[in-house]
Amino acid sequence: MDFETLLNELCVLNGTSGDEGAVRNYIIDKIKDKCEYKIDPLGSIIAFKKGRSTPKNKVMISAHMDEVGMIVTSVKSDGTLTVSPVGGIDARVVIGRKVKVNGIQGVIGSKAVHNLSSDERKRAAEFSSLYADIGAESREEAEKLVCPGDYVYFDSEYYLFGDGFVCGKAIDDRFGCAVMITLINSDLAYDCTFTFVVQEEVGLRGARAAAFTVEPDFAIVLEATTAADIPLASDEKKCCFLGKGPAVSYMDRSTIYDRELYSLSKQLAKENNLPWQTKTMVAGGNDSGAIHITKGGVRTMAISVPCRYLHSPASAAKLSDMEASLKLAEIMLEKACTL
Amino acid sequence: MDLKKTVMSLADAVGVSGDENSAAELALGYLKEITDDCYIKNNSVFGNFGTRESGKPHVLIDAHIDQIGFVVTYITDDGFLKISNCGGIDRRLLLAQQVVVLGKERVKGVICSIPPHLEKSGDDGKVPEFSEISIDVGMTREQAEKVISLGDKVVFLQHSAELIGDRITGAALDDRCGVACLLRAAELLKNEKLNCSYTIMFSSQEEIGERGAKIGVYDVAPDIAIAVDVSFALTSDDSELKCGKMGGGCMIGFSPVLDRELSKTMVSIAEKNGLPFQREIMNEETGTNADRFSVNCGGVKAVTLSIPLKYMHTPVEVISLADVENTAQLIAAYVKEVK
Repeated sequence: MDFETLLNELCVLNGTSGDEGAVRNYIIDKIKDKCEYKIDPLGSIIAFKKGRSTPKNKVMISAHMDEVGMIVTSVKSDGTLTVSPVGGIDARVVIGRKVKVNGIQGVIGSKAVHNLSSDERKRAAEFSSLYADIGAESREEAEKLVCPGDYVYFDSEYYLFGDGFVCGKAIDDRFGCAVMITLINSDLAYDCTFTFVVQEEVGLRGARAAAFTVEPDFAIVLEATTAADIPLASDEKKCCFLGKGPAVSYMDRSTIYDRELYSLSKQLAKENNLPWQTKTMVAGGNDSGAIHITKGGVRTMAISVPCRYLHSPASAAKLSDMEASLKLAEIMLEKACTL
Repeated sequence: MDLKKTVMSLADAVGVSGDENSAAELALGYLKEITDDCYIKNNSVFGNFGTRESGKPHVLIDAHIDQIGFVVTYITDDGFLKISNCGGIDRRLLLAQQVVVLGKERVKGVICSIPPHLEKSGDDGKVPEFSEISIDVGMTREQAEKVISLGDKVVFLQHSAELIGDRITGAALDDRCGVACLLRAAELLKNEKLNCSYTIMFSSQEEIGERGAKIGVYDVAPDIAIAVDVSFALTSDDSELKCGKMGGGCMIGFSPVLDRELSKTMVSIAEKNGLPFQREIMNEETGTNADRFSVNCGGVKAVTLSIPLKYMHTPVEVISLADVENTAQLIAAYVKEVK
């Protein structure tokens, strides 16, 4: 299966933090004949892939299975549902969308623009005032199908657009899952442990447990990272660019990355004619934050695909960046094994 | 006819004000199944029923075929599209919406503005102005200019879907559910011997000021005009004073600009036929095509009949099919009584 088809199939699966089952089952189906795997108590997949030889260093490659979503908090008397975000979602990308609640079609609307006061028109939506509507006419009717604690997902489309771009939900971090599935299905030079982890979006939780179990010397985290290379963003906020290759950070809000791995990635990308960029802002964070301080410490780097409109139903990334990230991950795996 | 299928296919057709061709052609196809005397003029669709004779009243029954959307106003050096609105758009829900640009080909894209976490602090609750909004089509300016021209229209990428019960969601149910309602009314009248003749009009350019209705009614020159549109169905964030009830039947308009006898006749016909209905009281112009019909030439008796709709002018409008059917029944019952 080609990489883009794999990405497509992964992105349309629903799996927010704590509800990664559908993603996990899909991944297991794609890797089961190519590695030894187990599922840890939190639900993460820990997969050991035998390479052509056993390396000096134990290397772990990690990506998270979960995506941002929402959770039903109550059923109102008129049959609509109040919702809270699971992970960081801005209510502005929730209002006016189709959603799926337990697989049931719903919408998150708003009263008509005609009936908004001029103040209301200028004030961004907040979760406290939004609700999902599945068409139920009463609380009783809704409660037959939905109960508090059920998960709510964006029901957007996945599509290719423009000059090799992809649009859809959950590119963060099904991109990383797609890269790991591809690597597991390839012939690797060295043994490697791959962790498909849960609950990144609610605090890097799955990675914390998985890294403890794997106990690696080195870790490579595959992620999607915020790009703001769009009109009206000031230059300093354009922290990375779509089309300019994988973004490798020296530091973010969760991690100061291993300096040698950072420098090597730049050098090896150049030697292999791969595009490479760094993030020009110290912002955000990913599973590295949990992994690099596991046990006595893990030398960690992250390879991120730049992604516009992250944590929305319509995130956008470029396939060429993903392909270059895949190659860089493979190169860095080999390097870390023998450092 | 299959009402649900008709509503959904019409809702999925594309026809922003001034560019109604595609939706109009679909509606014309449906009309052809019930009358040979039908055509498109000025992007409005007309279908004539019965023989027009002096002394016999002629009724115009109208629903508008256009929908809200956007128009491309500029292509930036980076290939992003600047847009303006066609009709009333709620800017609060635009961020990260999936859209289709109707250029030489259909071009998919995403609406962008500055991602919230990169905004200046204090801007959290801000809603972008149209000048701050662009569309990302994943192209350079040169690539974009080959397929997109200034003036091209843009719509939300949305497919209609069924909610539970008889409720349907879609982006252009305003007023395609009205179009379907008129097709259903004509079907109900098919084998009836009438004491009047009538014209069905699916009018263009309602959303930007009822312009198709203004010139269409001049051509038809009716004695009586009925505008079938949508109106606000109550949601928990709106006021009962402004809204009808979804599932409560046709909203019969009462307004100083409507013909009071005609409004009352609609009420008595609904009562006589056991059809659910609700009164919609307005204190000024109705914001529907009836405002134009009533002052046509020497004046025409006009009324507005509205189908209750939730989340008007969002990509996730919601209607109840029963309301569409009941409104069609009311129109048919009325036309049968016109002498």
